[in-house]
Amino acid sequence: MTSETAIPFLDIKGLKTHFPVEKGIFFRKTVATVKAVDGVDLELKQGEILGLVGESGCGKSTLGRTMLQLLEPTAGSVRLEGRELVGLRGSELRAARKDFQMIFQDPYASLNPRMTVYDTLAEAILAHKSVPKKQMPDKVAELMNKVGLSPRFIKKYPHEFSGGQRQRIAVARALAVEPRFLVADEAVSALDVSIQAQIINLLAKLSREMNLTLIFISHDLSVVKHIADRIAVMYLGRIVEIGPAESLFDDPQHPYTRALVSAVPVPDPDRERERQRILLPGDPPSPLNPPKGCTFHPRCPHAVEACNASFPAWSQQGDRQVACIRLGEFE
Amino acid sequence: MALLSVNDLRTYFHTRAGVVRAVDGVSFSVDKGETLGIVGESGSGKSVACYSLMGLIPKPPGRIESGTADFDGQDLLKMSEKELNQVRGRRVSMIFQDPMTSLNPYLRVEDQLIEPLLLHGLADKATARKKALEMMEQVGIQGAASRIRMYPHEFSGGMRQRVMIAMALITEPDLLIADEPTTALDVTVQAQILELIKTMQQRMHMAVIFISHDLGVVAGFCDRVNVMYAGRIVESGATQSIYYHPSHPYNEALQRSIPALQPKGHELFTIEGQPPDLTKPLAGCSFAARCAHVSDVCRQGNPALKEMKDGHSTACVRVQEGGLELK
Amino acid sequence: MAELLPQPKMPPAADLFEQAEQGHSLWQDAWHRLRKNHMAVIGGIFILIMGMASFFGPMMVEHGYQEQNLELRETPPSADHWLGTDKLGRDLLSRVLYGGRISLTVGLVATAVSLTIGVLYGTISGYCGGKTDAVMMRLVDILYALPFTIFVILLMVFFGRDIRLMFVAIGAVEWLTMARIVRGQVLSLRKQEFIEACIALGLPMWKIIVRHLAPNVLGPVIVYSTLTIPAVMLLEAFLSFLGLGVQEPMCSWGSLIKEGAEIMEEAPWLLLFPGSLFAATLFSLNFLGDGLRDALDPRASKD
Repeated sequence: MTSETAIPFLDIKGLKTHFPVEKGIFFRKTVATVKAVDGVDLELKQGEILGLVGESGCGKSTLGRTMLQLLEPTAGSVRLEGRELVGLRGSELRAARKDFQMIFQDPYASLNPRMTVYDTLAEAILAHKSVPKKQMPDKVAELMNKVGLSPRFIKKYPHEFSGGQRQRIAVARALAVEPRFLVADEAVSALDVSIQAQIINLLAKLSREMNLTLIFISHDLSVVKHIADRIAVMYLGRIVEIGPAESLFDDPQHPYTRALVSAVPVPDPDRERERQRILLPGDPPSPLNPPKGCTFHPRCPHAVEACNASFPAWSQQGDRQVACIRLGEFE
Repeated sequence: MALLSVNDLRTYFHTRAGVVRAVDGVSFSVDKGETLGIVGESGSGKSVACYSLMGLIPKPPGRIESGTADFDGQDLLKMSEKELNQVRGRRVSMIFQDPMTSLNPYLRVEDQLIEPLLLHGLADKATARKKALEMMEQVGIQGAASRIRMYPHEFSGGMRQRVMIAMALITEPDLLIADEPTTALDVTVQAQILELIKTMQQRMHMAVIFISHDLGVVAGFCDRVNVMYAGRIVESGATQSIYYHPSHPYNEALQRSIPALQPKGHELFTIEGQPPDLTKPLAGCSFAARCAHVSDVCRQGNPALKEMKDGHSTACVRVQEGGLELK
Repeated sequence: MAELLPQPKMPPAADLFEQAEQGHSLWQDAWHRLRKNHMAVIGGIFILIMGMASFFGPMMVEHGYQEQNLELRETPPSADHWLGTDKLGRDLLSRVLYGGRISLTVGLVATAVSLTIGVLYGTISGYCGGKTDAVMMRLVDILYALPFTIFVILLMVFFGRDIRLMFVAIGAVEWLTMARIVRGQVLSLRKQEFIEACIALGLPMWKIIVRHLAPNVLGPVIVYSTLTIPAVMLLEAFLSFLGLGVQEPMCSWGSLIKEGAEIMEEAPWLLLFPGSLFAATLFSLNFLGDGLRDALDPRASKD
């Protein structure tokens, strides 16, 4: 990872989240482990937007939730401006949550259907500071304006809004506690394409204006490429490549990233007909029994014997970090 | 002679909130062996149009108000349930979006595969079983012989989609309707499935109607494209002309809002406003409220598709009259 | 609904609420749906009428429910006694209304008891999950297996035939299903993202339970309570029929039916009136409960 003399804004080391699979009625025995996140290192600068991409089972959602301590990590550390978040409990943890928030995927399920916009946002504001009742409507209206919602709708209920508007409310709620760091977990995946663009623009604008650090989790590479400064590609619980968004997309290095980028359809008929897709055999594997060594090697077109040994250390290639022992050896 | 010829299809839903004009005068045709893409966002009517053809619209709220759908000499819309059953699954097959819910979880895969053959009297049980195994191998399922007696939940999403394709193609239909078949799949699996459909299509000389909201997928897959908005087709033509020479403002706006084609550093282009309320019939063009090129003539009359040149049609009045040139 | 672009003018706080558009809550939507369900509305109106008649009726009827008139034993309906008299010459109308009061009270109070215990138990079990939940639910399973009748008989034997005991006895048995229903609802709610969002905000657990879980659990609780009342009333009638219910001269519909069944051939009206009123009340409550279930169905309220 890029090393800096100053403390990184967000410093994640060796993060692992494993879920035991237990059997038995009274004396539960662990028979298997789902290694959703299996050793992740990340450093983020303040105000940076990181895109986290991968397919089902890669662990990106689990990583996002673990970072925010919504899931308990099995191992590793998460430091926000030097402060260790792993191990915080009870009221200490609740107080710390002021600094980091999440925007969820499902705009229908992430809001309490029985609370008005006012109720939801007021509760969020009051979660970490006290505001006199008289000033509350103003503060709520301010928040609504910030996310592009008219304060006219302040008394409405979630089911009276469209998906895109609900997502704006969710963003407003996250911003209400004045966080330094946001995780958007597939925040636009459930929305129509034309609405996706609106929400992406909103997040990018807020991040710039408020110097918010944003981790944007998505399976949609083209969307991520547009908003992110850097992109990290995950496969089976580990990051296999990380680098600046545009160059990673235009010139992927890791075999998995190459296959991923080649699979993304481009809305250009001539290019589509000409291009040679890299087709991976089989399906994305389950994190129940990750292969030894490099997690990708069973499906990798360039795998060799040595790939079986252990998960590759990072190799630096220009502005990129790639976890592949054969980096540069294939075209 | 076209394999399927749909003329002025109208499907309305009579709900308590009003009459939803889901499909409001749609006409298109599909030739033998051709791949037609139907593109639109949610609410555009793309799925309802094809479900109407297959008789899959729930009849209490939904009703096919008018239109004909000539399939090889017969009108699908006028057929009785019994007559439709001869066509469905045999000459016209359909595959759906969600691989989790499209297969019966209580039946073994083999039983579901042989069902279409047995139902249509195309084979006896022994022959059907052999054909089922062949199909499994053709759709690329490894170890088909040992897996054919398994249940759907024992397969992964991509595999289930392959099984569904096998089920749809086992009777070697003339037309396959694919409703967002890869939307719920990972992008690498999507690439595999699209490749598979293409291969099978070539092998069987089958026509395909491919419904999607993903302009990228349609670009590489279809010969011709219909762009739908608010229950109507607003533009129709060969894939290349649709993408390189859009002649309807909605299509142009859709192309512009694709993130992949936009330079970084600028805000993503968005289409202002919201799709119209389908219970309120609009005078004039349904896209007028959001159109960057709107003028007075747009708000009158009922713009219909008109062919401009080389099979490329548009429903934009301004383009038809020559007053507007796009891109 | 149109959205404004950022930076519109902001009205001052007081005006903000006045100028804001009114929202329609899910409860309002449900109420509208309920009103359209004719059977449920009829049922609801009947219950209302029955309730008022039972509570105010006995005070307005000429004859007291205990008034015996041994000369007028077992007379059919007449101008003086609209529903006739029973074997001790007591006015049946008055007794039926009074019996309604008892039966409905048992229904309401016992349901309230089961509701309180059941909701508390189910919420804790569902929210805690894991081993706590497993143990709590096994306890429920064990209690389910106990035969109700024997349990109540034992209670009656030990503590005497006090009507208050009946409330407790019945409530103590009905809470089991309520707990299960609430637990199931809480379990599914816990996985919803808005609960996760509450945790992410840093809200304390009690606030999450009270402000977020409880209102969303209310739907099935209301439905099931409305359906529990008739079940409880039936239980009470069963006890009364066995002779374990209310003591003379108090009566409930159950005891009236028992008395009526004994001399069914000679004085059919003694069975007919209490029986049909009881049945009508049970029907009404069930229709209302079904209507509530349909009205509160979350699937119907999503767009």
